[in-house]
Amino acid sequence: MADKVEISLNINGRDYSATVEPRKTLADVIRDDCHQTGTHLGCEHGVCGACTVLIDGEPVRSCLMFGIQAQGKKIRTVEGLADGDRLHPLQQAFTDNHALQCGYCTPGFLMLATGVLEANPDIGDEELNDALASNLCRCTGYQNIIKAVREARDKMKSA
Amino acid sequence: MKPAAFTYHAPTTVDETVALLAQYAPEDGRILAGGQSLVPTMAFRLAKPPHLIDINNVEGLDAISTAGDVIAIGARVRHAAFHEQVCACPTGALLTKVVAKIAHLPIRLRGTFCGSVAHADPASEWCAVAATMDATMVAKSSGGERLIPAADYFEGVMSTALAEDELLAEVRIPKLPMDAKVGFQEFSRRAGDFAIAMAVVCYREVDGRIADARVGLGGAEDRPRRITEAEAALNGQAAGPAAFDAAADAASRAVDPMEDAQNTADYRRDLVRAMVRRALDDAAKG
Repeated sequence: MADKVEISLNINGRDYSATVEPRKTLADVIRDDCHQTGTHLGCEHGVCGACTVLIDGEPVRSCLMFGIQAQGKKIRTVEGLADGDRLHPLQQAFTDNHALQCGYCTPGFLMLATGVLEANPDIGDEELNDALASNLCRCTGYQNIIKAVREARDKMKSA
Repeated sequence: MKPAAFTYHAPTTVDETVALLAQYAPEDGRILAGGQSLVPTMAFRLAKPPHLIDINNVEGLDAISTAGDVIAIGARVRHAAFHEQVCACPTGALLTKVVAKIAHLPIRLRGTFCGSVAHADPASEWCAVAATMDATMVAKSSGGERLIPAADYFEGVMSTALAEDELLAEVRIPKLPMDAKVGFQEFSRRAGDFAIAMAVVCYREVDGRIADARVGLGGAEDRPRRITEAEAALNGQAAGPAAFDAAADAASRAVDPMEDAQNTADYRRDLVRAMVRRALDDAAKG
């Protein structure tokens, strides 16, 4: 076993230190060591997108990065979306549009959509579909997810 | 699904990187760039490199240079860098056409152009572009630098002329003349999935006749390559359905397709015909 190393991660504005093996993925460090278990792991090899988090504003698969690589970056996870008791517009739209059934893929979709809408608030429907194709939902709730993200986009623009 | 243990190295200069490679490549130490292919392979334990040399902190590897007659792409340039056209030339337009078909947005934000070319998956879009455009690979090691032309670079499935202690530091793609038309098409069963076949094409029109045609394939054979038979079917002909059909037929005859559980050779051969034909239509509509 390789030696453990001490790393420091900034998640949702808070610093966490952890002592981890370099082979530990960012997703596992976020969950096991920083105890932020909103980030879910589906496939663990970059296909499903359930583990999507924002790194310096960009949606990435946290199972395809090692925790040690995320030092000095601003990491955002689903725990950071709501403002106190007020849901983020995307979370509200997911609720209003029944965009989740089992909910396992939801944190990944929320972080993907957050990254996409923040980078491109005026994104068109076509381009949005293409971006949302990044993640998998095994309950086949895609239509409602698309509906929710479009609604959030429109509300966030007029807000 | 958890990678095997490794020692992590985070060099900050190219010199340091190639020195680490020289030291650890003999024991299967690897470069870690975007990690979008390597890390899944490690998760499946198909790769268990005991050392990873992370180039994400190495200065000077994230540049795209468009000065002169090539587009030079550094080792850490992410796929997403090509969402916007990097150069007004047709080569720049081609790269922007192609990038939209590479995996998914989060993969494109993290994965690198050179990483894809170093990995040399037969279904890699960038490998197909590199082969079709006769790109030059710049390999750096502690012994110096050497240039590898695309025709000598791709050796087979995930196999290239890069030595184990060499870093693919840069890929140089020649700029096409401003009047060149470029086209790209690929087929995959799901959005963002590995393509079963793809075609990269370009040509110019001189006095109403096709000139300097290039037709390259990816995903169909064990490595990407130009299909000279298809190019010959285009050059000297008037651009249009007759010449495009002839080139598509020539490509499908010339190809030696891979077979796998889902795709027979005949199916791939048919797809090659369709992809070349559609890529030429794509080029013609400008």
